[in-house]
Amino acid sequence: MLLSMNWISDFVDLTGLDKLKLISQFSLSTAEVENEIFFKGSDISGIVVAEIKSVEEHPESKKLHLLKVDAGDGALTDVVCGAPNVRVGMKTAFAKVGAKIGEIEITPRKLAGYTSNGMCCSEREVGISDEHSGIMDITEDVALGTDIKDLYQIEDIIFEVDNKSLTNRPDLWGHYGIAREFAALAGRELKPIEGVDLSQYKDLPQIDMKILDPLCQRYSCLQVENITKNVSPVNMRIRLFYCGMRAINLLADLTNYLMLEMGQPMHAFDSRKVSKLRIKRFDEAFKFQTLDGVERNIDENTLMICNDNTPVAIAGIMGGLDSEIVEDTTTLTLESATFDPVSIRKSTVRLGHRTDASMRYEKSLDPEMTVTAIARFVKLLLDIDSEVKVVSSLTDEYAFKYETRNLSFDKKFVDKYTGIEISNDTIVKTLISLGFDVKNKGDNFDVTVPSWRATKDVTIKADIIEEITRIYGYDNFDVHTAKAPLYPVRADIEKSVEDKMKDILVKRYSMHELHSYVWAYYDEYKALGIEIEDNIKLVNATNPNIETIRKSIIPTQLCQVKYNTQFAADFGVFEVGRVINGVKADNLCDEKKKLAVTLFSKTKSVEELYFELINRLSVMADDIKHEALSFEKMEATHSYQHIKNLNAVICGGVNIGEIGVVHPLVSKKIDKKASIVYAEIDVNAFANIQNASIKYEEPSRFPEMEIDLSFISQSFAPVSDAIKNANCELIKKVSVIDVYADETGKSITTRLVFSHPERTLTREEVMAVCDGIIAKLEAEGIALKK
Amino acid sequence: MDEKIIDLKKELDGELSACENVADLENIRVKYLGKKGSVTDLLKEMKNLSNEEKKTFGQKVNELKNEVSDKITERMNDLKKKELEKELNAMPEFDVSMPPSLDRGSYHPITLVQRQCEAVFKSMGFAVEDYSEVVTDYECFEALNIPKHHPARDMQDTYYLENGQLLKSHTSAAQNAIYKKYKDALVNEGKPIKAIFPGRCFRNEATDACHENTFFQMEGVMVDKDISISSLIFFMKTMLSEVFKKDIKVRLRPGFFPFVEPGFELDISCLICGGDGCPSCKHSGWLELCPCGMIHPEVLKAGGIDPEEYTGFAFGLGLTRLAMMKYGVKDIRDLNSGSLKSLSQFTDDE
Repeated sequence: MLLSMNWISDFVDLTGLDKLKLISQFSLSTAEVENEIFFKGSDISGIVVAEIKSVEEHPESKKLHLLKVDAGDGALTDVVCGAPNVRVGMKTAFAKVGAKIGEIEITPRKLAGYTSNGMCCSEREVGISDEHSGIMDITEDVALGTDIKDLYQIEDIIFEVDNKSLTNRPDLWGHYGIAREFAALAGRELKPIEGVDLSQYKDLPQIDMKILDPLCQRYSCLQVENITKNVSPVNMRIRLFYCGMRAINLLADLTNYLMLEMGQPMHAFDSRKVSKLRIKRFDEAFKFQTLDGVERNIDENTLMICNDNTPVAIAGIMGGLDSEIVEDTTTLTLESATFDPVSIRKSTVRLGHRTDASMRYEKSLDPEMTVTAIARFVKLLLDIDSEVKVVSSLTDEYAFKYETRNLSFDKKFVDKYTGIEISNDTIVKTLISLGFDVKNKGDNFDVTVPSWRATKDVTIKADIIEEITRIYGYDNFDVHTAKAPLYPVRADIEKSVEDKMKDILVKRYSMHELHSYVWAYYDEYKALGIEIEDNIKLVNATNPNIETIRKSIIPTQLCQVKYNTQFAADFGVFEVGRVINGVKADNLCDEKKKLAVTLFSKTKSVEELYFELINRLSVMADDIKHEALSFEKMEATHSYQHIKNLNAVICGGVNIGEIGVVHPLVSKKIDKKASIVYAEIDVNAFANIQNASIKYEEPSRFPEMEIDLSFISQSFAPVSDAIKNANCELIKKVSVIDVYADETGKSITTRLVFSHPERTLTREEVMAVCDGIIAKLEAEGIALKK
Repeated sequence: MDEKIIDLKKELDGELSACENVADLENIRVKYLGKKGSVTDLLKEMKNLSNEEKKTFGQKVNELKNEVSDKITERMNDLKKKELEKELNAMPEFDVSMPPSLDRGSYHPITLVQRQCEAVFKSMGFAVEDYSEVVTDYECFEALNIPKHHPARDMQDTYYLENGQLLKSHTSAAQNAIYKKYKDALVNEGKPIKAIFPGRCFRNEATDACHENTFFQMEGVMVDKDISISSLIFFMKTMLSEVFKKDIKVRLRPGFFPFVEPGFELDISCLICGGDGCPSCKHSGWLELCPCGMIHPEVLKAGGIDPEEYTGFAFGLGLTRLAMMKYGVKDIRDLNSGSLKSLSQFTDDE
């Protein structure tokens, strides 16, 4: 919202104060002011009122005229002018030689053979409107040579307040409310709003008006006739223009002016179209043309202003085309009302049409304002045109009244909340300056919230704290720490395990951490041939491409791998993110935190890569949980899984995830030749596995004995089982040192390391253990390779 | 006999100077001093001499033996020294200007700033909490004093799911659960609630260089009997100075958020110009950094905490924005792009 310092100064005398400092104080105490401040009128000088004394056609140009103007300096000046509206006797804005308009300095200038010693200006050139169809036509009775800035309020400081910072302040949607803040900040008095005394019309007839719907809180109206003037005074138009509105006609301008001044939206109906005002909703949907010419769909929830049964305006949003003020309107019915804010907001959303009025109504306007606004409107109208006549009494139905809000608190409460010392005097003075009624006895305060703050903004004691402290100034606060006692804070295990996993993958295995989205990107999945699996969906995604939430991170990760195939011949990526596996019995989403890992290689075989990944996971399990991993064959159920080598990952007896090879169709779409393997681990399932404790064993001082045994076997599993089965405490380490496969079969060479804590082992006792293992395996048909 | 000694010495000198390696020198030692060596041979010849001659000659041969031994040892040392020199010199000079192969991994920049912030808060005794990404309407709005149809819901275009739950639009959605988790310790044991909860948030909006539908925030709360606006300012200033590792000036402006009262927008002195004004702070000297405020009494109540007895502050830091500011990331979409060209640049960072 754009604000005019001149307008604010109508209500509070800020003479002698630094306006810019006040604006920045306002920004820190009330609402955010945008950085750019406009100094209106500062870029023009030397423009004066001048009279056109003669007009001659330019001999060689149809558009140009040769003028002689009197700028009040005793001589006539020759001017060449292209404006169509020049006439003898007309007073206009004249930029003399030496005048400045923005960057341009006016100098004598030849136009089609004639010298122009100055320039007649349009309103746009003076900077007070967009009007540029002709030069200014000044009607005021004023001495020639008067500086235009002395005639009109051209000089002004305009600043903009971010609308978002006003959402909770219905009172700040007009200059008067803003002036109240400036008065409080400057410690000066706020002047009352001047209006006519409406009681003088009490004997005039009432308007036929009825509120038929609880969504209308208050409806006040008045009828005025004998409207003859159509154009608003220049100063009024300047203010509207500076504040971002276009001047239309006197009545429309006046309603806008009132809205910008008091924050109260008003509407003027042509009285010929509204003789029986009814405020209500309709049972059925219909179409309605608003004054901007757009036909809109109105449903049964939208509150309408009607002439009996004919809708004439969408309440609080926009008037209808049919009842609008037109050229020949002489009698108007003035509306000043308040409506249920939620209903206005919902209607706005339904209609997809937000207006200056609806924006204000949404904020919960103060219904007390409607009558004051009418009194003010009539005063301003009479000031402009004293011939205007009020022909009705004030017709006012006050259906919904906000409760008067009283709050009580004590000094202790203020001290506790602020943490600093603010005197009782300051508390009282501040609240009174903001319009609160305050009763103070000792350290106790009873306050009544002013109506314009009581619609929703100030409701509890903590709100009072804000009022006191923001005017006190947060920059003036003495800051200090809290006196919190000390207690140990135990790290969250799920969080710390996640951190450790990341560290191992990044630091030890040089992998890269990525982030992706929680939904399946249809296009990207399709490009890789990954099926979008049915899962819970977003109901209001603006992008239909992202409706379905992912069940696994792997598909999104594969899309990212595809994107990076040129990054390096070999790389690994991982992400810790969330997946959702439908909803649980309680209808809440089954959300899991997963670690997804993918290895990509153009140089290694799938098998090598697969074991690399197993090693990485095993190191993670060993390092973080001191546990070994085991694997259990799984059936492929997703389009990205290869049917072979898909294994569940088991740690400490808990299934923590899966490891697999990417399906060849998907894999080839990522890269024709590369090997791609993946794993997905449930972070919290892994994190919550009880840590196996570290069992320290004193290293034996006696020599170890190594025995290598080669078995003809397709798998290491039976060998490993037989070794475990031997249950021999002397076996300290088991490792596979060679795997050899030829046409006769596959042989696995296992190295067993034996040692005894207290003596040197004999070959005989070691071989006895080995023989036991060999015999067990031979019984299973697994032979020792000789 | 004396000539023999002289000849032998000459011969030895010749052979020693010709000898260029340790093995040959060893052969020379054997040739002269071995059991069948030339010096030993001389001793054998002594048997033909008179006793008197034996004595003098024996003495001479012994001297010769010592002299030969010394010369060989000396030559041996020379050769060893030369060989060591040769070995040392044989080592080539390495070209250290060759580029190293940096096979290292990378953390996501959000992880980096998140860890930096967590470290600061942990050092001040804050618990780090993890919270789900899908939350209920109650957690995200109702419990935060944002009833249905509240205009504040307009500010956050929320992604709703088919079951009525939603993707959390702000980390504040975890506040209620945190209060409930710690309220008993607060009331019964006097342990203040001090927690931060970083997390991913979602807004249903179109993306561009400055807007993302998926981003990270970090919320923090502190509740106790003496938490005031003054302590809020103190903590924010202290924390932010630690996070940015320099003395940060902060200022508060009124800001409206339904879950705090009073609510503030917190600005920090511009990190680039320090407050003098520069293009990156639009010449204001300040950067808007994070909303904060005193926790609204209704929010405490919803968390089971009596607002008459306890007060608290809450703040919400934009981790994504922080990461962008810190590392100069201009396009927010880079963060979720999965592009290793961008993301592999982020090494561990203090």
